[in-house]
Amino acid sequence: MNYELITWLIPLAPLLAFFIIFLVTYKNNRLSHTIAIGSAAISWLLSMIIFVFAVTNQEVIENGLTSSISWLPTAETWLKIGVQVDALTTITLFFVSWTILMIFIYSVGYHNFGQPEGDHDRPGLPPHGAEIIDQEGKHQYGPSIEPMYARFFGFFGLFAFAMYLLVVSNNLLTLYIGWEIMGLCSYLLIGFWYAKPSAKAAAQKAFLTTRIGDVFMLIGLAALYTITGSLQYEVIFSESVIHNLAASISPVLGLSWAGLIGLLIFMGVVGKSSQFPLHVWLPDAMEGPTPVSAMIHAATMVSAGVYLAIRFFPVLSAGWDGGAALTTPMLVMAVIGSFTALFSATIAVAQRDVKRVLAYSTISQLGFMIAALGVGAYIAAAFHLVTHAIFKALLFLGSGSIIHGMEHGVLHTQEHIDPQDMYNMGGLYKKMPKTFVTFVIGGFALAGFPFITAGFWSKDEILSGAFNGGFSIVFWVLAISAFITAFYTMRQISLVFLGNARSEAAKHAHETPTTMTFPLIILSFFAITVGWVGIPEYFPVIGGLVPNWLESFLGTMLNGEHAVVEHHSSIPLITSLVVSLGGLFLGGLLYRRIKESDKDPLEWSLSGFYKVLANKYYIDEFYQFVFIRPARWFSEKIVYQLFDQKIFDGFLHGIGKISLWLGDKFRYWFDLPVINKGGDKMASGTKKIGTNLKVTQSGRIQDYMILALAFSLLGGFIFYLILF
Amino acid sequence: MENNLLFYILLLPTLAAILIVVLPTSNKNTIRWVAFGSSLIPFFLSLLLWFQFDKTLPGFQFEIQIPWFSAIGSSFHFGVDGISLPMVLLTTILTPLAILASYGIKNQVKAYMALFLFLETGVLGVFISLDLLVFFLFWEIGLIPMYFLINQWGGAKRNYAALKFILVTMAGSLGLLLSIQILGITTGSFDLVKIYQLWPALTDANFQKAIPLGLSLTSVKAIAFWAFVLAFAIKVPVWPVHTWLPDAHTEAPTAGSMILAGVLLKLGAYGFIRLVIPFFPVEAHRYAGALAILATAAIIFGALAAFAQKDLKRLVAYSSINHMGFVVLGIAAAAFAWQSTDNGVIQSATIALNGSILQMFNHGLTSAGMFFLVGVVYDRTHTRQLDELGGLWPILPRYGAIFVFTAMAALGLPGLNGFVSEFLVVRGAWGIFPLATAFSMIGLFFTGVYILKAIAGVLHGPRNDRWLAIPEISTREVWVIAPLMVLMLWIGVWPASLLNLINHAVNFFF
Repeated sequence: MNYELITWLIPLAPLLAFFIIFLVTYKNNRLSHTIAIGSAAISWLLSMIIFVFAVTNQEVIENGLTSSISWLPTAETWLKIGVQVDALTTITLFFVSWTILMIFIYSVGYHNFGQPEGDHDRPGLPPHGAEIIDQEGKHQYGPSIEPMYARFFGFFGLFAFAMYLLVVSNNLLTLYIGWEIMGLCSYLLIGFWYAKPSAKAAAQKAFLTTRIGDVFMLIGLAALYTITGSLQYEVIFSESVIHNLAASISPVLGLSWAGLIGLLIFMGVVGKSSQFPLHVWLPDAMEGPTPVSAMIHAATMVSAGVYLAIRFFPVLSAGWDGGAALTTPMLVMAVIGSFTALFSATIAVAQRDVKRVLAYSTISQLGFMIAALGVGAYIAAAFHLVTHAIFKALLFLGSGSIIHGMEHGVLHTQEHIDPQDMYNMGGLYKKMPKTFVTFVIGGFALAGFPFITAGFWSKDEILSGAFNGGFSIVFWVLAISAFITAFYTMRQISLVFLGNARSEAAKHAHETPTTMTFPLIILSFFAITVGWVGIPEYFPVIGGLVPNWLESFLGTMLNGEHAVVEHHSSIPLITSLVVSLGGLFLGGLLYRRIKESDKDPLEWSLSGFYKVLANKYYIDEFYQFVFIRPARWFSEKIVYQLFDQKIFDGFLHGIGKISLWLGDKFRYWFDLPVINKGGDKMASGTKKIGTNLKVTQSGRIQDYMILALAFSLLGGFIFYLILF
Repeated sequence: MENNLLFYILLLPTLAAILIVVLPTSNKNTIRWVAFGSSLIPFFLSLLLWFQFDKTLPGFQFEIQIPWFSAIGSSFHFGVDGISLPMVLLTTILTPLAILASYGIKNQVKAYMALFLFLETGVLGVFISLDLLVFFLFWEIGLIPMYFLINQWGGAKRNYAALKFILVTMAGSLGLLLSIQILGITTGSFDLVKIYQLWPALTDANFQKAIPLGLSLTSVKAIAFWAFVLAFAIKVPVWPVHTWLPDAHTEAPTAGSMILAGVLLKLGAYGFIRLVIPFFPVEAHRYAGALAILATAAIIFGALAAFAQKDLKRLVAYSSINHMGFVVLGIAAAAFAWQSTDNGVIQSATIALNGSILQMFNHGLTSAGMFFLVGVVYDRTHTRQLDELGGLWPILPRYGAIFVFTAMAALGLPGLNGFVSEFLVVRGAWGIFPLATAFSMIGLFFTGVYILKAIAGVLHGPRNDRWLAIPEISTREVWVIAPLMVLMLWIGVWPASLLNLINHAVNFFF
């Protein structure tokens, strides 16, 4: 088989689906979703072929499978683009293809395919439900199909294309293309219900916040390309180039070029993976339909940021000898990652919206990965990227299922409550057993429930990486974050599923259709098993029973460098166990039996600080005040009104006025008095002279004779005077 | 046939204009279709030109020379190279589309269509002239039809805008004429190809015979340089001589704005590349830094000013300043590196100039598209105020999708055309003016801001029942925008199809 060709084809199927849906089948819902899911399935199949091929052929992974074409002529050379398969691509393709396919299938049920159209539904708003008259003639309310059903699948096709493109790229330029197209898709999908003001604002916020990172990244790409003459991985990550980058000094702050470019590219990661201080867009992105949240916040977009950081690790760590002396970009990553992990975990505990808890937990988990890379725990970061993508996709789809079930109850009871507020739920385990079980699996993976779940193994790797590298601050910050993670996860599970129903709608909640529960089951299978590929060999009792496949597989990416010396300390393991189980226990204890009227236990225990947390540390308000309003003011008042209208136009108008004034003066001082009046005077003067002389023209010959005589005498006299 | 191809391309629009003048006034549809049909012929001929052009050869091709003022060394000398050919193609693509977009014009259709075709000749003449006097002739010919198009068929403030447009541009033309005279007198010829060889090699000794006033060569060169720069800077327009643009673009009829933004602005940038850099390499190198700063100012302030607009068309007009800033930034980088010996600098400059020329073409597509789409909505609602629009997507789903697509091309979304050229300019300029390039990123960010403001202002929001009755974009209108969209996508996906030609020409240039 031609594996290069297969790699090229992976992204193309969803792209084709996008065009077909938008140009041809946009009026036919069934055909549209069939095409979209079909294309996702094709990409999935091709990805699996590549996956199996790469996993079973060690030499492919060691040498890489790559294929390029010339794309842009640049003076004497060409900028090449292409695809490649290596260990990182392979494992990323694995989780991307599974999650994307599952989310595509799930969306069919989520958007109520097969249900009637709602009477009041409009494009741009979530469906309001339809009135159904049942066989007995009773009026019932049920869900209604999404008015822009086909369009949703079209956008999803484009999104999947962008993600696959990013993953199979062998160069930073096509990676950036996929990166930006995903930015567009997230804009279109977060703003899918564009008629809602909140969704409209959230879409813009997402696009623009990530764009801040992107413009830094673009400069980084330009700098890298200028120095190395290429953006191909095989060139820019070759040892000699890395060495040169680390050795040459850039003009900024005495950083090496590797350091400066690393920081610029990392800014892109901060935007895309929603790290502090550009994290603000991600929670608001929950305005989109839930499959979008799963797509953006788990499988694709935020993972893309971490993927880039992992991919770019050779440059980020250029000059690092594997010890405690980190390079500048690594130090920045360690600080930002661990701070973000803790910071957003604390916000998550005070959220009431079922999706927002997950959103903040995503930011926090991404912080774990960034911090892991910062301390050089490369494999741990990649491991957590995979496990997190799977269990977070599971959790988001699960939360969508919960909301869907709740909406069913809301429609049935016609109660006016927010179906996403966890305080309106409770006791759903009886109503939605499949969702309950799968959600618990996902939640426990997130919390790092020991030994069984995938999340435990990857998080434990990160903690031991930080501890064994000697970065105790990072270690403790991450450990505390892990504790809070386990706590808010159990808080969520308890509030949603345990106890008794706290609203009528929750009593009438309903399990969701198979198209939604099937993906949950598949993903929960992986949320457990994926962890087993990376069990460290030194692990007590079970270590070594299953070979640590992941480490040897991904180890090929590192060329044998940066191999951290293993200290087999049991402190990180014990910490993992304590924080995970302790957090889960505490969360369950506090929230198991919350009643309708009860306040959040944290509200009285944290008092005023709870409000700060619930308001996300007021960072949105701060940005609004410090950046957004001044930018608007500067654009309107300074650039437009002062510069353009007052100064430049004023100058032009001034010239116009001076010309008019000059013309005016010419007219009144010269033209009118001299030319006009002079002319008039000449005319009237001539006329006057003529009139006066008229008397001499009497017509009588005698007068003329006298005059002739007089003039002759006068002439003679003058002649005499002149001569003598 | 082959050698006279340029001649036909140049003259056919004028002949068609004359034909239209003699057609009966009453039958408006005939006039429209004749205008459209006859504007397609130059397009097909320039496609022929495109396919017959041999990009591996240096110098000009399809040259024609017809004697004119042989006494002063001026002749009708035409020819194209890899820099002007894309511009010719752009002009002949946009003119039929602009005419097709003008079917809504009801009064004085005959005069309108004739002026449009006449305008095409003027613009094409500038791009293909290889004689300075003829260049100037066509430069001025291009102005007059546009003045009347704005003045007769424009919006509410059309008189002010048309007057501002013509006076400010004329102010630049004066200097242009003066320095063309200087060049002509000192070299004894107006022929571009000859002056290329004579003028830069001019020394004080053989120079003094020609100039009567006893000026030194340096001062003459300086005068000529600044006169050229001012004329072209106004046309581009470079910040801060840009304020004629928002008024002219906003008040012009839709098709007028399409041509104005799509083609006329390119004349200025083309002048920089064709005349300023080759004639004044020393001065260009010396002042390239200043030009880069102005370009960055245009990128940043153009974007910010666009963001400040409440009128959709004015927003799009300001976006031109922002986008043309990248063209100028690339030109500044090329000017700095001209005749440099450092290979790295030359490579950066080549990439930057490649980007500039491609950006000229791309901006021609996207700005024409954006102005057209503004026109579509204005025809239906008779307002351009963003706070009166909004919520149109549920009413005009197809228009909405087209609008988002075109806006994303203007934003520079990778995968569409604008990204490729902006990336090339940024990459090239980074190697020469890193600081200016870094600052231009602020402008690039705000490009996103104003584009999203436009999308949100037109399409997003709850369904706007005030405009519930307006019709969806018509088939004719789709035919106007579809070719532009295809090209935007095509260049975004496979830029080499155009860039390869430009790259060869730019390689010969350095």
